[in-house]
Amino acid sequence: MLFHLAIKNLIGAGIRTWLNVFVTAVSFFMIIFTSGMYDGMRSHAKQVTIDTEVAGGAYWHPKYDPLDPFSYEDAHGIPPKEIHELIQSNDAFSVLVSQASIYPNGRMMPVMMKGIEPNQSIINLPTQSLLTHTDDLIPVLIGSGMAKYTQLKVGDTFAIRWLDANRTYDADEGVIVAIMETENFKVDMGTIWIPLDRAQTMLDMEKEATYITFSKKSATIQNKENWIYRDVNYLMRDMEAMIKADEPGAQIMYMILLALAGMGIFNSQILSIFRRRKEIGTLMALGMTRSRVVTLFTLEGGMNAFFALIMTLILGGPVFIYFALYGIPLPIDYSEMGLIVAKRLIPVYTMGLFVSTTLFIAFVVLVLSYLPSRRIAKMKPTDALRGKIN
Amino acid sequence: MRRIILLFLLSFVFGQNEISVKEIIQEMDNNLNAKSRVLTSKMVVHGRRTSRTIESKNWVVGTDQAFTEYLSPPREAGTKMLKVGNKLWTYSPQTDRVIQISGHMLRQSVMGSDMSYNDMMEDQPLMDRYATTLEGSVIIDGRDYWIIFMDAKVKGLSYPKRRAWIDKEYFLPTKEELYAKSGKLLKTATMDGIKKVQGRWFPSRYLFKDELKRTSKGTEWIIDEIEFDSDIPESRFSKVMLRK
Repeated sequence: MLFHLAIKNLIGAGIRTWLNVFVTAVSFFMIIFTSGMYDGMRSHAKQVTIDTEVAGGAYWHPKYDPLDPFSYEDAHGIPPKEIHELIQSNDAFSVLVSQASIYPNGRMMPVMMKGIEPNQSIINLPTQSLLTHTDDLIPVLIGSGMAKYTQLKVGDTFAIRWLDANRTYDADEGVIVAIMETENFKVDMGTIWIPLDRAQTMLDMEKEATYITFSKKSATIQNKENWIYRDVNYLMRDMEAMIKADEPGAQIMYMILLALAGMGIFNSQILSIFRRRKEIGTLMALGMTRSRVVTLFTLEGGMNAFFALIMTLILGGPVFIYFALYGIPLPIDYSEMGLIVAKRLIPVYTMGLFVSTTLFIAFVVLVLSYLPSRRIAKMKPTDALRGKIN
Repeated sequence: MRRIILLFLLSFVFGQNEISVKEIIQEMDNNLNAKSRVLTSKMVVHGRRTSRTIESKNWVVGTDQAFTEYLSPPREAGTKMLKVGNKLWTYSPQTDRVIQISGHMLRQSVMGSDMSYNDMMEDQPLMDRYATTLEGSVIIDGRDYWIIFMDAKVKGLSYPKRRAWIDKEYFLPTKEELYAKSGKLLKTATMDGIKKVQGRWFPSRYLFKDELKRTSKGTEWIIDEIEFDSDIPESRFSKVMLRK
């Protein structure tokens, strides 16, 4: 009975109700849209990183710290037996990392030189191109970002200088055998990829590696000696932190929208109580308890959230579906900022996102509807009938 | 009998050559290395568009201890570097911090020049580090030079191969080519303005050039004043001096 009455009253309020519902629906839409966008970003970054870099995880040399280039000098060794067996069974591959300098067009540029097994198929990099015959020149694979930065093209040669295990300078000519298109800036910017065996010979580090990347289907090995196991979540933590750092901006925006919607509802609740005091008195005089009258008014306010959800689905639904299918074209290339973001961002909407957003907005709206309705509990029916309010 | 005489003559000729190369290198080391030296110098770093001049004062004892204080330009003035053994510390007055330079950083360029910290630090006598071969003699611009090729006999040298053109009068390498392990030319160093200072020939100007940088015009190192075998107190090479 209360529910029917609440709907009747709400619809009866006309434009005032629909304005409140619209503003709440906009908040709904923005929260779902932005959360979906961040989830899409996260999911895309994770998928790209797993696909092109981390696969199932990695075993790091104990001295390896990817954020400290000075650690590369000592971070190399022969992998333990069990890890070596994984490599032999093509369930893992070695990467040997070192610092080097390249001289494209005669300019010096510090780079990270990574030796990788050309025949690996665990990560999606065109490493097979490193098998190209190059007349003794060092075959080099780079990303399109690096190619743009260095102005190098396929077939271009340039000098590479490095320090071997004995800290002796060595240098040779490299040739670009392929330029890969990748969204993962970490395998692109500042990195040159060369064949593993060549890197091991150049650096005087035969059979050594800096880290071993293993496939998703590989089981965790028991005897990894002092090599450090890194799972996908650990390897993704930088990306996760970057997305998290960007989220508060969006949260502030939808908090403002929600506050606007909340103020509208709060205001109309106060107005309702003031304008409908005779109705409140009549309901009380006819035997409706105070708590039921409070419930009726709270329900009326709360119904805004319900209508807002329906309005969001009707008006925003096609927009959600369109973006989920075709993505949102982004105006700038975020890879230059160190983010793995697709050129067209596909938002990810989950049932959990809809349920949690609905519950959150319903809770906020119910609280904001209940707070002004508490005044009804203090009213005397006689005063209310006479139009008096405390 | 004839065969024995021939063998004797051959061994004499080759033996003479080997000894003379050693002597040349020894003489050269004697000229370039001293018990101690105090010098004021300018480093002119030639960039693509402009050149920068950095003035410094250096105190050096043997091959293990060196202290450098930068005097100008104002941006670099007060920056100090201390080398003890194979360790190097720098002090920057802007940050008021002492930083130890190690590992790969030693291969980085010093103040944007064509010289690395290692180039500055690797000053042990060549005799101890390289096996030498006399490749021949050549006359350039009326001056007679020996061409000596040096191959590292110890591991861990920055340049495992070098070729030097040594002036027969001054016993100084007026031109030197520094090679990578693969044989690729990495740097060249030339010297001129040779003067007699305290009984030894010493250059007053060096030019270092990173040969892999096609655009590089090199870095000049001009020695304004130099004093050999002067007494330098041990306290000069303590870390405390970096902040003074």
